[in-house]
Amino acid sequence: MGNWVVNEGLSILVILVWLGINIFLFVYYYIVYLDERFYYTRVLVGDALSWARAPAACLNFNCMLILLPVCRNLLSFLRGSCQCCSRNITRQLDRNITFHKLVAYMIAFHTAIHIIAHLFNFERFMDAQLEQNETIAYVLSQIGNGDNSSYLNPIRTNETNPTFVAFTTIAGLSGVAITLALILIITSSMEVIRRSYFEVFWFTHHLFVIFFIGLVIHGVGEIVRGQTASSVLKNKPNICATQYKDWGKNPDCPIPQFTGNPPMTWKWVIGPMVLYVFERLVRFWRSKQKVVITKVVTHPSKTLELQMKKKGFKMEVGQYVNLQCPSVSQLEWHPFTLTSAPEEDHFSVHIRIVGDWTQQLFEACGGEKKEFQEAWKLPKMAVDGPFGTASEDVFRYEVVMLVGAGIGVTPFASVLKSVWYRYFNNDTGLIPKKIYFYWLCRETNAFEWFADLLQSLETQMLERGNADFLSYRIYLTGWDEAQAVHFTVHHEEENDPITGLKQKTLYGRPNWENEFKTIAGNHPGARIGVFLCGPEVLAKSLSKQSINHSDADPRGVHFIFNKENF
Amino acid sequence: MGQIEWAMWANEQALAAGLILLTGGVVGVAGQFKDWQFAAYGVAAGVFICLLEYPRGKRKKGTSIERTGQRYLTVCVKAFGPLTRNYYVRAGLHAVLSVPGGFMLPTVLGCVCVAIASLIYLLAAIRGEQWEPIMPRVESKERPGQSMKEPPTNPPPRPPAELRRKRQEDAAYVNPIPISVNSV
Repeated sequence: MGNWVVNEGLSILVILVWLGINIFLFVYYYIVYLDERFYYTRVLVGDALSWARAPAACLNFNCMLILLPVCRNLLSFLRGSCQCCSRNITRQLDRNITFHKLVAYMIAFHTAIHIIAHLFNFERFMDAQLEQNETIAYVLSQIGNGDNSSYLNPIRTNETNPTFVAFTTIAGLSGVAITLALILIITSSMEVIRRSYFEVFWFTHHLFVIFFIGLVIHGVGEIVRGQTASSVLKNKPNICATQYKDWGKNPDCPIPQFTGNPPMTWKWVIGPMVLYVFERLVRFWRSKQKVVITKVVTHPSKTLELQMKKKGFKMEVGQYVNLQCPSVSQLEWHPFTLTSAPEEDHFSVHIRIVGDWTQQLFEACGGEKKEFQEAWKLPKMAVDGPFGTASEDVFRYEVVMLVGAGIGVTPFASVLKSVWYRYFNNDTGLIPKKIYFYWLCRETNAFEWFADLLQSLETQMLERGNADFLSYRIYLTGWDEAQAVHFTVHHEEENDPITGLKQKTLYGRPNWENEFKTIAGNHPGARIGVFLCGPEVLAKSLSKQSINHSDADPRGVHFIFNKENF
Repeated sequence: MGQIEWAMWANEQALAAGLILLTGGVVGVAGQFKDWQFAAYGVAAGVFICLLEYPRGKRKKGTSIERTGQRYLTVCVKAFGPLTRNYYVRAGLHAVLSVPGGFMLPTVLGCVCVAIASLIYLLAAIRGEQWEPIMPRVESKERPGQSMKEPPTNPPPRPPAELRRKRQEDAAYVNPIPISVNSV
């Protein structure tokens, strides 16, 4: 019996409200265009008018929303000032990228409906213009031929075709441009591209600038036309429509006058656009502050540690920063979790060398060279952040489970170091009463830099006689024959053959069912924070376990799942 | 940007373009637009491009992730040999396929998207990339030694190793000769 409301309730509510607003806007604007002001427009194009305008309203709404979840500094600020708010609300801010993606899908969906409807509109407007006989469509299309302002049919001549019109009107041209931008953004944001070729994703994503500019000017041509208010009073469509041949000659039915809708989109998106411009300015200003590399350490398993100092830099546990190295690349910023504790006088990141940028950074920092590097030879760095993520909340729970997979242990390095410092300063009131730490790793080399930290914590706790406070398990999930033999031979020794710690390394993957059951049994009625930094598969598994092992009873034990990954 | 395989992005773009061309074609045919023949072409070309681009190629570095159920199409695409392996051919093919889409509004977007995919494929080809099929991994089953056809029927003559090895702290006496795993 699980409790999904505690874990997922608020997120689901947010999504439902968002969907509800979308549906409301769609239906509302569909009905707006059923009004008699648009009677004659609908004579020409039928329902396609409503089918085009309804998703347009939804597009306005979603394009307004899409910039907000990526204003990192704003969100970090909200998160920080929300310390007094319930944990649940701040957790929603962690899912900003998920929300950004959902809104993007919705934009793509509505764009598709909007375009298909307008394809019909263009075709029908063209048909109306090509009418030879004196049908109502013909008469309507001829209106405004003299003054070019009171016309209904945006296609003004019969010597053209829809494609030509699309590319020669502001709406058509901007529409094609922004749709192309949207398609390129989406195809380069596919998981495969994003995870393997980050630069392609990042640079192509900046086409959103073109997207927003085009979006704002899209409606400037005012080609969606309806009857003017005064004209509706004089030429009532339900009476005069059938007498179209006598318009102008009959005093009861003068020729109807039409006008366009003024552009509305800018009213929706101007706010978020301004916020986003501020966001980029803040990022730029922060990046210009001087950053000094104080120490470079190369670890095995292709990991580089950079220790840096920046004036006025303040961080919380588990936060991340964006790093830029102008000598490597002027335009690229990459996120890295901070592995130092707030109590230290410097801040550090551990960078794994996986691609172009990291490789070049490694070389620029003298990673290849064996001898000591002079401080002035080290490259200048720019730092943006720190930005808050889930691990900030670790100290708000009484009991925590920290799960890190491979390099995903980095935010917890920061947490454990901070725990060490607070323990050292006797700030025991500020830390969880019990920490369960799990580290899943594929190769033994990766342990080296972290093992030192665990060793000092282990010694500390033994000295204080509080060995139970931190319970940690390290799982090695991959080994070969030679290593297996080595482990068997050294199995009985006091210190683990891999890490040198008293706590023995375990082999294979943890049995999460058992772990959760045991912990639930040890701490009935507690709020247990489960923090994961690792792959999606593991996230799904832990999320399920958290839900399943949470009591339906509000006084029972609750596992609250928090996930971060990049 | 040395390590980017442009073909990966070209593939995503081409697949999306195929779908867009197909949708535009369906609209043109279903709505009985003028010049609907171009729309019918759009449907056919869109389907063809989707089938061609659905199987992802193998990456030179890193793990290649297949699309669901792409195995059958991989076999078909592989059968054309150099025609599908070479990205110059693909770039040219997409460029040619995109042209008729430009004659009618519903398929114009598909036309431009396919053309862009063609350009990215051209870039991939210039950098020497090739399409390699992702073949299913041959799962080598755990084969125990030939002599271990059946589990032993008789118990071993002495207790298993865990029981033999006494822990130092619990021992009532200490063995004069230290015991190791392979001790007799």
